[in-house]
Amino acid sequence: MKNCFKSIEELHNDLVNGVVSSSDLIKESLERSHKVQEDCNAFVTIMDDAKSVEVNDNLLSGIPYGIKDNYSTKGNLSTGSSNTLKDYVPFFTATAVSNLEKLGAVGVNKTVLDEFGMGGTGTTGHTGVVLNPWDKTRMCAGSSAGSACAVASGVYPYALGSDTGDSIRKPAAYCGIVGYKPTYGMISRYGLFPFASSLDTCGVLTRNVRDAAIVVDGMKGIDSNDMTSWDSSNIHLFDSIDGNVKGKKLCYVKELCDINNYPDATDELKEHLSNFMNTLDKCKELGMEVTEVSIDQKLLNAVGSVYVVISCAEATSNMSNLTGISFGPRAEGNNYRDMMKNYRTKGFCSLIKRRFVIGSYVLQAENKDRYFFNAQRARRLIVDEWKKLFKEYDAVILPVGSGPAKYLDDSKNKKISNIEPLEEHLQIGNFGGFPSITIPNGFIGGLPVGVNITGNCYDDVNVLNIAYALESSMDYKNQIARGCDYEV
Amino acid sequence: MKYKAIIGLEMHCEISRTNSKVFSSASNSFNDCPNGNVRPLDMGFPGTLPVVNKEAVRKSIMMSLMLGCKVPEYLYFERKNYYYPDLPKGYQITQETKPAPIGIYGSLKYDCDGEYKEAFINNIHLEEDSASMDHMPGFSTIDYNRAGVPLLELVTEPCFHDSTEAMAFLETVRSIYRYADISEADSKKGQIRCDVNVSIMDADLEEVPENFGTKVEIKNVNSFGAVREAINYEIERQIKLKESGEYDSMSQQTRRWDEDTMTTVYMRSKVDAIDYKYFIDPNIPKIKLSSSWIDEIKASIPVLAHERKAKYMDEYGLSNYDATILVKEKNVSDYYEDTIKCGADPKSASNWISSVILGYLNKELLSIDDIYVTPSMLKDLIDMVQDGTISSKQGKEVLFKCLDENKDPKSVVEESGMKQIGSADEILKIVTEVLDENGDNIEKYKAGRTNVVDYLVGQVMKKTRGQANPGITRNMMIEEIEKR
Repeated sequence: MKNCFKSIEELHNDLVNGVVSSSDLIKESLERSHKVQEDCNAFVTIMDDAKSVEVNDNLLSGIPYGIKDNYSTKGNLSTGSSNTLKDYVPFFTATAVSNLEKLGAVGVNKTVLDEFGMGGTGTTGHTGVVLNPWDKTRMCAGSSAGSACAVASGVYPYALGSDTGDSIRKPAAYCGIVGYKPTYGMISRYGLFPFASSLDTCGVLTRNVRDAAIVVDGMKGIDSNDMTSWDSSNIHLFDSIDGNVKGKKLCYVKELCDINNYPDATDELKEHLSNFMNTLDKCKELGMEVTEVSIDQKLLNAVGSVYVVISCAEATSNMSNLTGISFGPRAEGNNYRDMMKNYRTKGFCSLIKRRFVIGSYVLQAENKDRYFFNAQRARRLIVDEWKKLFKEYDAVILPVGSGPAKYLDDSKNKKISNIEPLEEHLQIGNFGGFPSITIPNGFIGGLPVGVNITGNCYDDVNVLNIAYALESSMDYKNQIARGCDYEV
Repeated sequence: MKYKAIIGLEMHCEISRTNSKVFSSASNSFNDCPNGNVRPLDMGFPGTLPVVNKEAVRKSIMMSLMLGCKVPEYLYFERKNYYYPDLPKGYQITQETKPAPIGIYGSLKYDCDGEYKEAFINNIHLEEDSASMDHMPGFSTIDYNRAGVPLLELVTEPCFHDSTEAMAFLETVRSIYRYADISEADSKKGQIRCDVNVSIMDADLEEVPENFGTKVEIKNVNSFGAVREAINYEIERQIKLKESGEYDSMSQQTRRWDEDTMTTVYMRSKVDAIDYKYFIDPNIPKIKLSSSWIDEIKASIPVLAHERKAKYMDEYGLSNYDATILVKEKNVSDYYEDTIKCGADPKSASNWISSVILGYLNKELLSIDDIYVTPSMLKDLIDMVQDGTISSKQGKEVLFKCLDENKDPKSVVEESGMKQIGSADEILKIVTEVLDENGDNIEKYKAGRTNVVDYLVGQVMKKTRGQANPGITRNMMIEEIEKR
């Protein structure tokens, strides 16, 4: 059976018409989960006891899906891919997950992430490295590595992700699928393990844009447990997608997309940027206006540092609750200080500890103005700049990263100077809380690459609509990673 | 005195009677069962988020207004980051002075031994309490019931000069907390905790910050009595250092009050001060405090103790002493006002409450909320005494009986047949009887020795075992003698 390769809409029709049953779907999804676990190490937990549900009117009912392991799931291990929570079973469920549960969606596994979402490689989870299903010598990117890997491998039509810098949108690009981060606060963060609260956003990875809209329709909603959530009951994402984009105005940033800005560009980067230009042509063919805009290079260069300072500062505070005292595997020690110290020293990977040090440093009284407050000022400047763009344009369209998935063996990755702003611009979406979606727009050397569309806050419908129209004009919709096209 | 002490106070007070804790949905009420009032946020479980309790904010704004502080246009909360087992999130959600907390720069007049003084408030801010810990030999226990309870921290300027001023100020603030129903403000329940800053300076210098001595902060001063002891001890200690020439080498430091030894103990110097790495909590968006809401809160500020006292003296004609006694505790004052509302005479009500009821409460260690006698029952008793149904001596007996045995004064009077003989016919019968037996005294009266009336009235009382109304008896006695 290859039912799990289908879209949510197709599966719903099959379920309603009795072509397939929910339990058949779940069984297939679980079998594929075990296979993908062997091949790519995408999961922390596979819920073999997942129960089918009665199919109802909701498109998501009876269909299996994956949950990133930083979402709290009552009664099921939720580790954040960290040794510090390797035995943690929450007694409450994240709002986004329980919203889906109420609609009849069936969670079948918990996917691996970079420890607590901190990292962009999918290599720092406590259960080991996640491999890219298109090429197992490459990474999925992160932090939603397991979710991206599983959706691209056809385990189910969608998996939940979370996005603090680009953690949904970059893995989506590296795995040839769709990654959608809605406007900040559209989906409640209650029950999502925090990384950097002012940037953290729940979202989804799917194989087409309409599915992304369906899932976020199910996840979203104001939540009395999250003061940053807002009422979106008048927004119906899926119903609002009509593919009509004539006259829409897009812009792209010259400083990021001009190949002349990269004197030592690799062939991959050249191909990636020229492929992006082809995608812009598609946009024009669809009747959209595309304009090149220029942004102060200094501002673009600051993006990465601003992200590091703010995210590390918030992270070091957010993760201070991890002491091993009231939950998590308690460490040995002669007193509580030693217990906390041993727990945290042994529990966290070195990358996280490095970020905690940075976070503490930038918040120290003597450094706070120079680093933390300046980062907040720069964040405001960058966001203002993008808001200015949104006054004139419906969305900003940009290539994702510098090409296809990177090698896990970093020595094989060619270094390109001045590449940071191109690698990091997706973080701007988190600075402003903007809705942002990545869709696949081609292949380089047999590996998928992606393009990103970002719009103004609360303008999710517009962003999805543009992405949907563009997706429909290209041939990369609903793709399953090469080599995963097996029967189970 | 060669030296002058400069004292500042930080007073923490838990807000009572909000439906839930300040950022979590757990109940904010006393719970015998440790860890009974706990939601996931209170233990810092991953993924939990704070939600601000509106009632706690309302009460905080009211306190801020009563302290004459400025209420900001937008409310922000900040994280104070440090590790301690009683702080499950690893940070406390609180407010710093920038951006402005719920109240900044105010002042409060307080009565210090009959003299009005003014205290200056630096700020008042809303924060969450930590969990409570008990340290046993070899292990410690944590109770998260207190974690997340709304806490107001009031910070004064260094504007007090001795423990008397400090105590008078604290008493005044406690009374405001209680009168405004913001807090029970009971230090026995751990609802009030203070930190005290003390320094000394040469008495002849001008009292400006440049001339202040080295600030010593004393933490963990958990009762008003301890505040007085700690201030007195610390002033003495610092004076001794001055005298011995060691004062100038004393560093700015934090000490803690030790209840057992009644001394302050060195904790850390300012150099080792913890950097709390404050930053605005990104989980709580800034909250607009509308001016209409603030006006509404302002209009709802209840009549406070000093205002009630003035009313008792001006309108009811009570003495300063009596009025002071009645307003000391809000529930006593409420009881008094309810009794008057029932129609009792204000002066009598004051007498009965302060002479009988409060004495009884003190002896039995009870609160006025605990007694069976309601304001309306007290009003009945006062009326019975006033209209002569019973004597005031009997009234006292009745009231004690009611307090002791949870009874209604009316039924006690009836059951015990204690009613005064008030009807003229009955009294006349006995007066006639007495006069018949005392012909010689009638003679004496007619001869001008009118004081025999007292003796004759006494005889009537004797015959009625005190139940005859003395006033009526006396008038009737004179009338009857004249007739003879």
